Amino acid sequence: MNRKLQLMTGNEAIGEAAVCAGCKLYAGYPITPQNELTAYMSKRMTEEGRAFIQSESELAAISMVFGASVTGERSMTSSSSPGISLKQEGISYLAGCRLPSVIINIMRGGPGLGNIAPSQADYFQATRGGGHGDYRVIVLGPASVQEAFDLTVDSFNLADKYRMPAMVLADGLLGQMMEPVSVTRYPLPKAKKSWALTGAKNRKPNVIKSLFLRPGALEEYNIELQKTYDEIKKKEVRFEALYCDDAEIIIVAYGTTSRIARAAVKNLRKKKKRVGLLRPITLWPFPEEAIAKYAKKTKGFLVAEQSMGQMVEDVKLAVAGSAKVRLYGRPGGGIPTDEEIEKEVLRLKI
Amino acid sequence: MKKIFQRPESLQNVVTHYCAGCGHGIIHRLVAEVIDELKVREKVIGIAPVGCAVLAYDYWNFDVTEAAHGRCPAVATGMKRVHPENIIFTYQGDGDLAAIGTAEIVHAANRSENITVIFVNNGVYGMTGGQMAPTTLIGQKTSTSALGRDVVRDGYPLKISEMLSVLDGVKYIERRAVYSPTEVIKAKKAIRKAFENQINGVGFSMVEILAMCPTYTKRSLKASIDWIKEYASKYFPLGVIKG
Repeated sequence: MNRKLQLMTGNEAIGEAAVCAGCKLYAGYPITPQNELTAYMSKRMTEEGRAFIQSESELAAISMVFGASVTGERSMTSSSSPGISLKQEGISYLAGCRLPSVIINIMRGGPGLGNIAPSQADYFQATRGGGHGDYRVIVLGPASVQEAFDLTVDSFNLADKYRMPAMVLADGLLGQMMEPVSVTRYPLPKAKKSWALTGAKNRKPNVIKSLFLRPGALEEYNIELQKTYDEIKKKEVRFEALYCDDAEIIIVAYGTTSRIARAAVKNLRKKKKRVGLLRPITLWPFPEEAIAKYAKKTKGFLVAEQSMGQMVEDVKLAVAGSAKVRLYGRPGGGIPTDEEIEKEVLRLKI
Repeated sequence: MKKIFQRPESLQNVVTHYCAGCGHGIIHRLVAEVIDELKVREKVIGIAPVGCAVLAYDYWNFDVTEAAHGRCPAVATGMKRVHPENIIFTYQGDGDLAAIGTAEIVHAANRSENITVIFVNNGVYGMTGGQMAPTTLIGQKTSTSALGRDVVRDGYPLKISEMLSVLDGVKYIERRAVYSPTEVIKAKKAIRKAFENQINGVGFSMVEILAMCPTYTKRSLKASIDWIKEYASKYFPLGVIKG
């Protein structure tokens, strides 16, 4: 392994992480605020002798990812909110065909064309599957450029491990800001995927499909998929808890908002307020057990997110009425300040 | 005794779901024969469309996947870019290729992806019950052009092969039919050329095949054949369009 520290934007770090993780095909279509990622990949993938395609559409990009994945190769696409809506068709097929793949969503404000400011309004879409059918996608929410790098590498590994799509859910701020990143080149995975379509040489033909017409077959298949999802819920939950053990109020925030919330928590601690931060790193699976555990000790939660309240529903499900849950939501590209979050914490009457 | 005729190794010994008189069975076999003859069965990956041919993976004896409706050429692009040594082909109907998948076929053709496209044009959406396709002829009755295709309301039958032929990336397009032994032999020759082109790295190659759909055109097989001879092949002339 060779390590070096580089100053990179989040978009570039995600691109370099994909290269380091052995991504063999990247397909993308222009949309702000993730264009730097596609531009970076056009250079790096070509340098590495791997496939880079500027596709004719998001529908085509995700289908190209499907094509590479079905042959057993690591592949990735990226976009921002409106483009991710278009990719949902392909994501559903990837989930239905049990194909590993990585999708990057550098979120912007919506609905519709919205704006190009940072947002977290695609949380529902990402964590509920997003497209048609009963399925889940592993969703990782980085809060720094280094973490964007690390979680992108992890998303390739998790996608392969569970044979399903994984998504990195970040926002325009994280995509475009620069921080130092330790770039690590990992040994590329050597294990052959026995299910992959590589040509039926010395074996029976492999078929990858999501169509199950025989009565009962699709129900059985969905139950099998669910077993994988249940295993992921048991094994792959990740979160960070800061000052949560003695906290009377816990702020729950992810991604960019969690950085601002962290500053608010530190300010409040200086003022002797017992406030903590719980930062989900995996948005699906959601750290519901951790939140349920803290709900028994703490008096209330403030959920801060850049939407009108999406993750707050998962927090409420986990808390299940045993503590107060209040939302501080900033939609449409609004970014909270640490002072505003502090004020919201103090408004939580407990 | 010398065996002079047998089931191709690339075709499974199973009963298909296709209706009596349907063109798909013949075309599946032609693809299988060509793959056998070119000795590429162990390198082939087929992509089944959404439509009647979605179950092709139950009939062919090589690796096959399915794509979302119309996206076969994009899936093929992804496969071929990471595994150029494989022989990749899409098998698409007229709804799949000429309606919902127009962007994907145009751009795969324009990039001259080194793939083979088998385009089955039977003038209707079969799987969903005989709706009007982009290739439905003027005046032709379908479940969604109940009184006949009206150009004012529905536009004209789409000549997608002719459209694609103007692209620099397109290396070979031929339109054939399978309504008689003579035509079947010609269709096979075209399919063979489209696969040979890929093996030789020539670039994007496509064969359009006018096929019978007696069930959803509500005609006997004889009438379906006559319809292709007398009408369909007038609007969609048979022959080499490019290459």
